[in-house]
Amino acid sequence: MEKPTNNRAWLLVLPVLLVVAFSAVIPLMTVVNYSVQDILGPEQHVFVGTEWFRKVLRDPELHGALRRQLGFSLAVLAIEIPLGIALALVLPMRGRAASVSLVVLALPLLIPWNVVGTIWQIFARGDIGLLGVAINGLGLKYNYTADALDAWLTVLAMDVWHWTPLVALLCYAGLRAIPEPFYQAARIDGASAWATFRYIQLPRLRGVLTIAVLLRFMDSFMIYTEPFVLTGGGPGNATTFLSQYLTRLAVGQFDLGPAAAFSLIYFLVVLLFSYVFYTAMQHAGRSEAR
Amino acid sequence: MDLQWMAWTLETGVFFGVIASLIAAYTVWGVVSPSTPRRGLLPMPTTRGDRLFLGLMGSAWINLAWLGLTEASQWVAVVLSLLFMLVIGRWG
Repeated sequence: MEKPTNNRAWLLVLPVLLVVAFSAVIPLMTVVNYSVQDILGPEQHVFVGTEWFRKVLRDPELHGALRRQLGFSLAVLAIEIPLGIALALVLPMRGRAASVSLVVLALPLLIPWNVVGTIWQIFARGDIGLLGVAINGLGLKYNYTADALDAWLTVLAMDVWHWTPLVALLCYAGLRAIPEPFYQAARIDGASAWATFRYIQLPRLRGVLTIAVLLRFMDSFMIYTEPFVLTGGGPGNATTFLSQYLTRLAVGQFDLGPAAAFSLIYFLVVLLFSYVFYTAMQHAGRSEAR
Repeated sequence: MDLQWMAWTLETGVFFGVIASLIAAYTVWGVVSPSTPRRGLLPMPTTRGDRLFLGLMGSAWINLAWLGLTEASQWVAVVLSLLFMLVIGRWG
């Protein structure tokens, strides 16, 4: 028998559509309009076609920022996803210890982004910061304000510290949702811990991992506040990521046309990578189910 | 309502008009004849809406690549992106 369809659900979706239209679609349309014009004043604009896109796409500073951004986001995913899974696996599943662990784990998530930057600015200083002094004490030369690699690694470590708990909490929720009979069947079959992880836990974490990968990719790709507070994009341009480049263009130089063109390219890059990650993870899940 | 602040131009109006018409047409088409996922040139099964999304996104990238890499007329990229949308929509 065919299932009856209830179109009243569309009415319930309508408020969300209206909110999204006002908060996202209309601003995005305005950005598209700005991207093809030279904005001289609130009511003075001249149509320039694709000139801003051409200019922005050939800017070597943008190429550098894009390379750094891609490297950063891929490093974030490569570290935070496995680390988050590992943390979720070792967390106690029940009792008082589970509650305490979850609260402690979630603490970095409660700290505002600019405060995270300030914490790490002090924590990583080579003269008074605990981390900086400890690394220098080991005989390694570390100075995130002067060395490009040190600065980049410090921003990466800060992001890992701030956001790995989110991945861990998502995975923890996913692990808690696996029914006990799966583990009982694994024990009866004599499955090792690795086999249990590989064939029971990991496949059933696919849904939350898709969300975690997408969230962490999009968020790390749009990172602004923490590196801005920690390094200000320096030394040189070593930690200038795409959003800092955009802010400099839009707010610093007030080049609204090129900034709008760049915003659209930025949006398309995020859209493309998110789509590829989402499709790849869904595809991997389907192949595994077969 | 005064929409002066949105800095509309005829070109962007036409652009959004085309996108909105495509979405509306695909919605009506989907209601009249619902789409089932199928596998074509693309490595994963796609619905009609997926292929429209991929076609539009691919077109945007073709135009951007053309702008960034060549000095030739942008109309060539527009024709290429229309062909791309056609191929993805029909055989994707």
